[in-house]
Amino acid sequence: MQKEAPSDGSGRVPVLSVKDVSYWYGSKRALDDVSFDVYPGRLTALLGPNGAGKTTLFSLITRLFDAPTGRIEIDGRSAAEWGFKALGPLGVVFQQPTLDLDLTVRQNLRYFASLRGLRRKEADERMDRALDALDMRERIDEKVRSLNGGHRRRVEIARALLHSPKLLLLDEPTIGLDVPTRTAIVQHIHALARTENIGVLWATHLFDEIEPNDDLLVLDRGRIVARGEAKAVVAETGAEDLGGAFKLLIGSDAEEDVAV
Amino acid sequence: MTFMHYFRAFNGIVWRELLRFLQQRERLLAALVRPLIWLIIFAAGFRAALGISIIPPYETYITYDVYITPGLLAMIQLFQGMQSSLSMVYDREMGSMRVLLTTPLPRWFLLVSRLFAGVLVSLAQVYTFLLVAWLCGVELPVWGYLVALPALVLTGMMFGALGMLLSSTIKQLENFAGIMNFVIFPMFFASSALYPLWKMREGSLILYEVCLYNPFTWAVELIRFSFYLKMNWEALGVVVGCTLVFLALSVWAYDPSRGIQQRKVAAPA
Repeated sequence: MQKEAPSDGSGRVPVLSVKDVSYWYGSKRALDDVSFDVYPGRLTALLGPNGAGKTTLFSLITRLFDAPTGRIEIDGRSAAEWGFKALGPLGVVFQQPTLDLDLTVRQNLRYFASLRGLRRKEADERMDRALDALDMRERIDEKVRSLNGGHRRRVEIARALLHSPKLLLLDEPTIGLDVPTRTAIVQHIHALARTENIGVLWATHLFDEIEPNDDLLVLDRGRIVARGEAKAVVAETGAEDLGGAFKLLIGSDAEEDVAV
Repeated sequence: MTFMHYFRAFNGIVWRELLRFLQQRERLLAALVRPLIWLIIFAAGFRAALGISIIPPYETYITYDVYITPGLLAMIQLFQGMQSSLSMVYDREMGSMRVLLTTPLPRWFLLVSRLFAGVLVSLAQVYTFLLVAWLCGVELPVWGYLVALPALVLTGMMFGALGMLLSSTIKQLENFAGIMNFVIFPMFFASSALYPLWKMREGSLILYEVCLYNPFTWAVELIRFSFYLKMNWEALGVVVGCTLVFLALSVWAYDPSRGIQQRKVAAPA
């Protein structure tokens, strides 16, 4: 039986619930008792410097590793209890590019669609829609190798959306992209969360990707040091903006690793 | 997860592997050139020097090139198994393995599908080689080409599973060439691929024992016997057993909760 996921008291049911999750690499603690929820229709930004534990957290949510402690639920299903079946409602864009460079955009997307059990016709229709939304339709028969970094990212986002996920995970998806491409992708994902009612967990270390109304988690050395709406977090710290709040929250790490 | 989901995912994995293989024409060429050099140059030289007595499954005297053909087929499959393993390490380094492993299907199914895709590629190479060998005058029993197919599927699975197991232990792409040489050449030479085991025993008893413990020997014998419409039960047992062991270890290694693939130790709270 699928358990009813707990709500936050306002009737909202999280599409991702992470509770008391810790993780170690040998004796080094990468995540320390991390708990948070992601809600449908909301973009939750996971902000932290390099090495804060963002990618480890993503690996646990996607079951690349199993969480030894705590509980992770995706759409009400515990990853530990449901195993691979819990991954059904999940779309992922990893930090590292994961497209097959020698295949075309169409071949890459069809491959993914088959892994998700989509029929060819249905897959092709969804592919066209997703690529249209990202202005990539005309590149569909080009090999991925011939695309630039921004276009590859768009294809990865289109791929992550093919099976209409309820939860979208993006691990620093704009790394290495120019500002206009970054802006376009950020806007698209924000709009997608609202219009498609998708819960989005967006790991980043770039403040300008976060809107004041987004939910914000600040992760530092494996611990969540602040949570709430971004504007509320800024207000609580008394800083002028998110950059200032971040510096106050995590100290010297902020200057080394995080940029506007 | 419906049956159709499994079916489509399997098709997708096989289709991707075949597509990649077809796009790498030099891979087919390399797969053919290597055994052809053995067949045309090596076998021609040794034909005069080495006589093959009548040993099962043969019922008449055969030429040396006919003798080594099953070994060369196994060599093609072993190389393909290693190539598949290299491809998995590459996919892991390039990130596309993550896409496969985050699919909502059992990991054993994903790995077996991937393995089977590699077997199909190896069969394409094997039958192309057999055609070229036939054009070069190496003729095997006609029905053998068909009857040997299940044996070739099994041996392909064994080498693919071995490659998959290796891929789970190799951390970096750069280490791969060394590992491949370390596996392929000892397996090939210390087997019945080039000489019958009784001839090996005359030369060195220790080497003979090594050959007996080498799964490659049994793969070669399974293929050899099946081409002559005979069954070598011992070889079948070893090949099936090794396939199951290699596959079980691979699935274990790729399991997110305990495999060596995780490469990181999670301490208790």
